[in-house]
Amino acid sequence: MNKRSKRVIPGFGLSMGISLTILSFIVIIPLASLVVYTANLSLGEIIEVITKPRVLSSFKVSFFTAFTASAVNAVMGVILAWVLVRYDFPFKRLLDGMIELPFALPTAVAGIALTALTADKGLIGEIFAQYGIKIAYTKTGIIIALIFVGIPFVVRSVQPVLEKLDYSYEEAAGVLGASRFTVFRKVIFPEIKPALMTGFGLAMGRCIGEYGSVVFIAGNMPYKTEITPLIIMSELQEYDYASATAIALVMLIFAFLLLFFINLIQARNTKIIKGGR
Amino acid sequence: MKNKLFGILLSTVVTVTALTGCAAQGSNENVGEENNETVTLTNVSYDPTRELYTAYNELFKQHWKEKTGGNVEITQSHGGSGKQALEVANGLEADVVTLALEYDIKAIQDAGLIEEGWINEFDNDSSPYTSTIVFLVRKGNPKNINDWDDLIKDGVGVITPNPKTSGGARWNYLAAWAYADKQFNGDEEKIKDFVKKLYKNVLVLDSGARGATTTFVENGQGDVLLAWENEAYLSIQDHPDEYEIVSPSISILAQPSVAVVDEVVDSRGTREAATEYLQYLYSDEAQRIAAENYYRPSNEEILKEYENVFDTNIDLATIQDFGGWDEAQSKHFADGGVFDEIYEN
Repeated sequence: MNKRSKRVIPGFGLSMGISLTILSFIVIIPLASLVVYTANLSLGEIIEVITKPRVLSSFKVSFFTAFTASAVNAVMGVILAWVLVRYDFPFKRLLDGMIELPFALPTAVAGIALTALTADKGLIGEIFAQYGIKIAYTKTGIIIALIFVGIPFVVRSVQPVLEKLDYSYEEAAGVLGASRFTVFRKVIFPEIKPALMTGFGLAMGRCIGEYGSVVFIAGNMPYKTEITPLIIMSELQEYDYASATAIALVMLIFAFLLLFFINLIQARNTKIIKGGR
Repeated sequence: MKNKLFGILLSTVVTVTALTGCAAQGSNENVGEENNETVTLTNVSYDPTRELYTAYNELFKQHWKEKTGGNVEITQSHGGSGKQALEVANGLEADVVTLALEYDIKAIQDAGLIEEGWINEFDNDSSPYTSTIVFLVRKGNPKNINDWDDLIKDGVGVITPNPKTSGGARWNYLAAWAYADKQFNGDEEKIKDFVKKLYKNVLVLDSGARGATTTFVENGQGDVLLAWENEAYLSIQDHPDEYEIVSPSISILAQPSVAVVDEVVDSRGTREAATEYLQYLYSDEAQRIAAENYYRPSNEEILKEYENVFDTNIDLATIQDFGGWDEAQSKHFADGGVFDEIYEN
């Protein structure tokens, strides 16, 4: 009896206990308090709060920009990871290290720097301004800030998978007469797809909630460039905790559903790969 | 099975103890500090007062040494006024608060940390210095902006922060309202229309006053910045040949308020020092420091000494003209208030 319950790695009880405690202190309790605060409102009031036209349009802005930025990141991230894994060139390690800088830099600093660059009097903004394109203080500006914030997620998810990918599959495909595009589509892409989805999901989750960098570059015009986190901040400034948490809850549920669906798709993929169908 | 359960329970207990241990240790340290001869004060303030309090704290240290022989250490905290108030209300240990709005201090009062009647504790409604809202325009005033009605003209780009998130921006909004009120003899529809037109010309709605200054000065957006008088002077000091200050005919008397946080000073035993810290802001020396940092001293005589700096001819409305902060807040800035109406499609 005793022998049967023995695990190969000892310490399950200890580590599980610590995990549960830490998880509840830093994740479950704060999230539960969100629900408790929101519960001060009746269901009708919650719906009224989250369907105000201004709140709705901020959802649109937030989700649209987060999705676009993450889609761009998904493409650019794969290319970056590909270059870092498959080619050798000078200062490769340096470039590799730079990928993580967006994590380390306070987002407000990034926001201010990007705004200064892309405003129509800024270094980059000036060039685009000649063609009548405005970057800072438009949705484009928000997307650029979010691309900056989200890029490490995709690169760091895809990179390890590419590193482990066996060359011999590609060679075999080539020998069998597949074009380079087919090799990518049929051999490489299916392998990195799960990791790419994870990276996309993480980046998007992060982008939806991003506040620090976006408020500086967005211009914050109601109905145009006002993001949901800013609405939450202004509700808090009015000491209206209930409305703020109700809106936050909507974002949270959306982010959770997004990550949950990505996990579901992945689980299905793994099943197919492991056992046929 | 039993073993496993025991393990989970044990490690849970250990982790909890470790966590509470940290907390307990933290509070012990605080008690130790209090017994020292040095008094420590925390002053939670808003964004543009950095330079003012850096100078004032030095002055106060000297004053405290002369008065009691002891030392005083002052920790400063700066940020958006509303956010700072929120943090104090949520338990950030501040001995004194020196914020942009009476309304923000009232929020701390509502959280039960400051006793009612704080506004009468110090002179001039507990406002040792005041300020007003002026226009900062680019050198030579190319768009010829002289008063509020120039701001609603086509092609004028205005920069002002969002009144929903910035204390300073509420003063800007109310100053514009005060002007229109006089212009249209209180005809509410016309006033709303005027303010609406003004905000149509706003290019960027930053979340705080410093952010708006950055947008206008560093990023070169817009033709006119609605700014605190002291912020406008600081920008001119930094870029002497690029900007000019224009005083409108009507503006608003912005009264930043100060208060002792009763709950905190009583538990830390720092009431005496905290009260003296705020009281001394009214001394002649401190009033001059305020003036040198471009805040209008509340002492009329000191204000006269600086007559060449401050335009004392602006007709200043006060918050009382709006029925006090509570009323102004609920009418203009609350959810569904006039400011929301302005942006309604």
